[in-house]
Amino acid sequence: MELYKQTAHELHEQLVNKKISSVELTNALYERINEVDDKINAYLTLDQENALAQAAKVDSKIAAGEVIAPLAGIPGAIKDNISTKGLRTTCASKILENFIPIYDAHVIANLRKDETIFLGKTNMDEFAMGSTTESSHFQVTHNAWDLSRVPGGSSGGSAAAIAAGEAIWSLGSDTGGSIRQPASFNGCVGIKPTYGRVSRYGCVAFASSLDQIGPLTRDVTDAATVLNTICGVDKMDSTSLNVEVPDFTKALRQDVKGLRIGIPKEYYGKGLDPKVDAVLRKAMADYEAMGAELVDVSLPHTEYGVITYYIIAPAEASANLARFDGVRYGYRNRQATSAPEMTTLSRSEGFGPEVQRRIMLGTYVLSSGYYDAYYLKAMQVRTLIRRDFEAVFKQCDVLLTPTSPVVAYPIDGKMDPLSIYLLDVCTIPVNLAGLPGISVPAGFVDGMPVGMQLIGNILDEETVLRAAYTFEQTHEYHKVFAPVGGAK
Amino acid sequence: MTNYITVIGLEVHAELKTKSKAFCSCSTAFGAEPNTHVCPVCLGMPGALPVLNKQVVEFAIRAGLACDCEIQKFNKFDRKNYFYPDLSKNYQISQFDKPICLGGHIDIAVGDEHKRIGITRMHMEEDAGKLVHSGATIKTSDSSAVDYNRAGVPLIEIVSEPDMRSASEARAYMEKLKAILEYTDVCDCKMQEGSLRCDANISVMPEGAKEFGTRAEIKNLNSFRALERAVEYEVERQIELIEDGGHVVQETRTWDDAQGMTFSMRSKEEAHDYRYFPEPDLVPVEIDDAWIERVRGELPELPTQRQARLMQDYNLPEYDASQIVDTKEMADYFDAAIKTTDDAKGVANWLLGDVSAYLNNENIEIAQFHVAPAHLGELVALIKKGTLSSKLAKKVFAEMVKSDKAPSVLVKELGLEQVSDTGAIEKLVDETLAENPQSIADFKAGKDRALGFMVGQIMKKSRGKANPAMVNEMLLKKLKE
Repeated sequence: MELYKQTAHELHEQLVNKKISSVELTNALYERINEVDDKINAYLTLDQENALAQAAKVDSKIAAGEVIAPLAGIPGAIKDNISTKGLRTTCASKILENFIPIYDAHVIANLRKDETIFLGKTNMDEFAMGSTTESSHFQVTHNAWDLSRVPGGSSGGSAAAIAAGEAIWSLGSDTGGSIRQPASFNGCVGIKPTYGRVSRYGCVAFASSLDQIGPLTRDVTDAATVLNTICGVDKMDSTSLNVEVPDFTKALRQDVKGLRIGIPKEYYGKGLDPKVDAVLRKAMADYEAMGAELVDVSLPHTEYGVITYYIIAPAEASANLARFDGVRYGYRNRQATSAPEMTTLSRSEGFGPEVQRRIMLGTYVLSSGYYDAYYLKAMQVRTLIRRDFEAVFKQCDVLLTPTSPVVAYPIDGKMDPLSIYLLDVCTIPVNLAGLPGISVPAGFVDGMPVGMQLIGNILDEETVLRAAYTFEQTHEYHKVFAPVGGAK
Repeated sequence: MTNYITVIGLEVHAELKTKSKAFCSCSTAFGAEPNTHVCPVCLGMPGALPVLNKQVVEFAIRAGLACDCEIQKFNKFDRKNYFYPDLSKNYQISQFDKPICLGGHIDIAVGDEHKRIGITRMHMEEDAGKLVHSGATIKTSDSSAVDYNRAGVPLIEIVSEPDMRSASEARAYMEKLKAILEYTDVCDCKMQEGSLRCDANISVMPEGAKEFGTRAEIKNLNSFRALERAVEYEVERQIELIEDGGHVVQETRTWDDAQGMTFSMRSKEEAHDYRYFPEPDLVPVEIDDAWIERVRGELPELPTQRQARLMQDYNLPEYDASQIVDTKEMADYFDAAIKTTDDAKGVANWLLGDVSAYLNNENIEIAQFHVAPAHLGELVALIKKGTLSSKLAKKVFAEMVKSDKAPSVLVKELGLEQVSDTGAIEKLVDETLAENPQSIADFKAGKDRALGFMVGQIMKKSRGKANPAMVNEMLLKKLKE
């Protein structure tokens, strides 16, 4: 099988056994990128020279008989909102078009320690605001299963790169579903860890209380492997949790006997594509057949999730994005004749329409006289949503829901923002409650992949991984490779 | 004519003396090359996150306890949103509705009157950077540069109750607050360098009025003198406005020290909506009783306690004691100086007299005064012992500030030792009597001036070193023989 189609753990074996070299593997990936990326548009920036130099280093280590980390020499892609020292980091925004960070994000530093390979930076919705990757200032990314469709978002580039064989693993960030939904749309695995599991230091903030970095991979084993490297407390992030990080690969057992899988009825309501529903019903039946117990549960405040999110996230974003003012870095309007004018024009010209919409929304809900009615109320509802989950996890071990109520839709810009916002109904509550959630391939609808979301209790990634792994190993969906075809 | 009552409340920003900044590990040292004490966090680089320096909380607790505040156990931070080029994130991390300290007070004295000024709250926040304009102001400059060395330096904002009624009360409060912050060692209180800054809320109301007048907030008060002058100017401005049939508008005004006037900066309508909300990048800080009690136990002696001690232990008058404890350095100097003398009042007189005059003249602080406290004490001891006349002591002092030598050494070097030797004095008296028969006759004829003349002659012969009391006594004795 072509190298670019394989998983990190398969490739690691071959590297260690000297069947392949990292340079060979890295070159294979760049060849693949050259071959298909003009169709996919997954990457914004490539870093071939450094990647190959790093690959050569790993090869010499292997040649010297040294032990290498599971991700050493394995090429991956990084979402372009994660700070990479010396490598352009744009957040897919004009305002950071030429921005070269002076420091590495914590996750990048960890991955460098493990001597992994960074192929380049991937496209995304501008500042991670969107579910289609269409709000990128630079390019529209296409779905490898059908080029006329969106790859989802906001980590659309990172997901499309996996689906199209342009990276072995990738990093995304998830504020309201931005890892899981594109994973679902692209037939790959994506996990958003518990809030605080992974340091956010160096992840350009969209909504600080919701953002979390996580991996996108071809299978659950690779997801667990990347998690092992990126998780852990970081003294540079006060919200990172000082808890022991287990070896997540140890949780990968084919065993769901007696596992109580909660089916929250609110996630199977109106708006859910009946064909997607059917895929999930089949998955439930399969789990049951393997000895799991299905439990009907209710998360009564689910319907307020989206609206709560669209108050809290823009509120935080309105402050987080205030630093982009043209003063220290990034795009600056040069015609302005005063400092306030420079800031206003730089921001008006540097931010795209979706980002501006959310900044205005966030500014509004925090304004004097509206704070109590919007922001404060949203924070209270957020508590209710969190309590819903607390109650439910007394009745079950893991929740099974759609990742998205629909499969990837056409790139035609016909959907209004509000309709797109509403499609995040299944992923958003997970961020609001800070829980771990994974999307794994569960089948196809009309040739397009369908993701199944498994939600776990706080810090219980292990149960989520075990349930996902068991399903994956008893099905073949993750082995189907995207055609990278169809009309754009 | 209506009498008006002035109402003043002060908002003071004090930079905390932590080694590193509030939310990153950059140095807080003043005066470095621009933008050398910076990192991704204080520069507001994309993706950088703040992490609280616990020392900031420690210092805020210390300052709060020193002002008898209630320390709040649950602490969180908030974002205060406004755009300004010196604010790297365009929001300031501050505390909004849950300040660390509530409800304290500071006791002041103006003349003989003692007064207690309430403290509403103290909260922790970060400082902004500094703009350096190519011209005089931001509006008249072609360009401005930003120095972010100060960005992220921790501050406490101390908000008083509107309890002050005059410029001198405001000054006394500010001086006392400065002393407390110095004694507790949380702030170096250099108003010129901006490590202690003051805004004043000022209003006037007719005597007997039930409600305060509309207030104006005055900014840019960089010295005690500026505070006093600005209050005086502003009160006069407001009274004139009202007397002319107008009314005071709520606004922010800036003090122009050179012109001695306040100018409107922005009206209430133009005031920022800061859109405060909880800082999601920081976790709440719980302060437990053990922490508070440890800090309380470690509190140093405060100005009021020290003043009481000086009055009790050394019998100093209240005025002297209060002047000495005004700055911690002066009080420390006093405590060190009286180790070499038992004449506390003498030390106080020298400190508040010649030493203060010298400091003023040289425009330096006591911290820069290089005469060792032990030497000043020794000088006072020499006077008390009669070795030096106070006139000669001034001469010695003038030499002490030029060298590091002990006064006893200088007295010898300068040959200034007072002559108290009976034989030597007798010789001079006898000589003088022999040279001035006419003066003896005058004295005996009842002309007292003749005595003064002869004492003068004797002192002249001794080049001022003869003990004047002994000269007087011996001369009288000989004249009466």
